[in-house]
Amino acid sequence: MTDISAQDFHDALVAHKLIIPVGVPGAFGRGPVFEDVLRRFGDLVSEAAKGDVAEHMLFPPIIDRRVFEKSDYLESFPQLAGTIFSFSGNDAQHREMMNCVHEHKPWAQYQSMTDVVLAPAACYPIYPQLTGTLPEDGRLVDVQNWVFRHEPSPEPTRMQSFRIREMVRAGRPEQVADWRDMWLERGLALLRRLGLPAEPETASDPFFGRGGRMLAANQRMQKLKFEVVVPVLSAAKPTAVCSFNYHQDHFGLLFDIKTADGQVAHTACLGFGLERVTMALFRVHGYVTAEWPAEVRKVLWP
Amino acid sequence: MIENIRNILKEHARLSADISTLSDTSDLYQAGMTSHASVNVMLALEASFDVEFPDRMLKRTVFQSVSAIREAVEELTAGK
Ligand SMILES: [Zn+2]
Repeated sequence: MTDISAQDFHDALVAHKLIIPVGVPGAFGRGPVFEDVLRRFGDLVSEAAKGDVAEHMLFPPIIDRRVFEKSDYLESFPQLAGTIFSFSGNDAQHREMMNCVHEHKPWAQYQSMTDVVLAPAACYPIYPQLTGTLPEDGRLVDVQNWVFRHEPSPEPTRMQSFRIREMVRAGRPEQVADWRDMWLERGLALLRRLGLPAEPETASDPFFGRGGRMLAANQRMQKLKFEVVVPVLSAAKPTAVCSFNYHQDHFGLLFDIKTADGQVAHTACLGFGLERVTMALFRVHGYVTAEWPAEVRKVLWP
Repeated sequence: MIENIRNILKEHARLSADISTLSDTSDLYQAGMTSHASVNVMLALEASFDVEFPDRMLKRTVFQSVSAIREAVEELTAGK
C-alpha cells in the first residue's frame, strides 16, 4: 500500500459518499455504507467481549463539569477540551448579542459557562459510578459515546467529534493489568481477522506544554499507554485505532474507589476509535465494500 | 540548596508523608508524588533557582529524590 495525502484520502472518502463534508474540518457527516461497516465492527467487539459479563451503561455526550474539573483533564489537555457556554442574560443583552452576531463581531462576552462540558472520552462518566467498595472480582463497564476533541484538521482520521467504544476495568492491580494484556491480544486478533496489519506500540498522550513533555516521558517510561496502530495515510506514521490506558490509582484516589480488601483500586480503559477502524478498512481494502476480500466480507457480513 | 528544595517539595509534591521524615535519597514517587505533582515541582524549581530544565531532563528519574533534584539543579546552575 502506497502512502496517500490527507487531502486525497478525504476526497476519496467524499467521492464514494462515505463521509459528508460540512465546512468545518473534523465535523463531517457519515454515509450509510460507512455506518454499516462501523456498526458491524462494533458488533464484532461485542461478540469478542460476550463472555466477560460487563455492565452496560449509556451516557449523553456531555459530562458534569465538576467531574471534569476533578479528573485533571484540564491540567493535561487544556487545548483539547470543549467547555459548553450558553446565554443567560436579559432582553437588552440578547439584543446586544444579536447585533454582534449580525455584524460578525465577537459575541462570546454574552455567554457564560454552564454546568456541563463535552465528553473528552467515553470513560469519564463511569468513574464516579464506581465510588465505594468493589466486589471481589472488581468491575467491568462497557460504554460507547460521541467524544469531542478540539483539534480541527483536514486529515480525516483526526476528528473533532467521533465515537469510541470503551471498556473500563477496576480492581486490584494484577486484575487490571491481566485484563489489559488479554484485550491487547484480543484486539490485535480481531483487527487482523479483518485484514488490517495491526501492530501494538507503546504510546503517550498529547499532553500540553513543557510539563506535558514530562508527563509524556513518564507515561512512556512506565508503559502506561499502548496503542494498536494500522497504516492508514502512511506506513511510517501509522494511525492509532485502539488505545489502552493504565491509570494506576489515579481515578481510584480521585473517586474513592476501593478493592474488596480495602486498598485503593486501580483502573484501566481501552477504547476502539470506531471511525478510525472503519476508515482503515476502506483504505486497506478499497472504497467499495463489494470488492473487499471474501474472507473479510465473511467476517463483517456473516 | 537542600533546604530550598525540601520547601518546594513540601509545597508542591503533595506527598503522603511529611517531607522531614524522608531522607535525601528516599523515592518521592513512592512517597506519593504523582506525575502531575512532579510537573508542579519542576516549575517551582525553575522559578526558585532561575533555571530552565531542558527536554532531556524532563523525565521521572531527575525528580525521583531530593538528592537527584539537587544534582540536576547544580548542573543547571553550574555555568551561572
Ligand atoms: Zn478512557
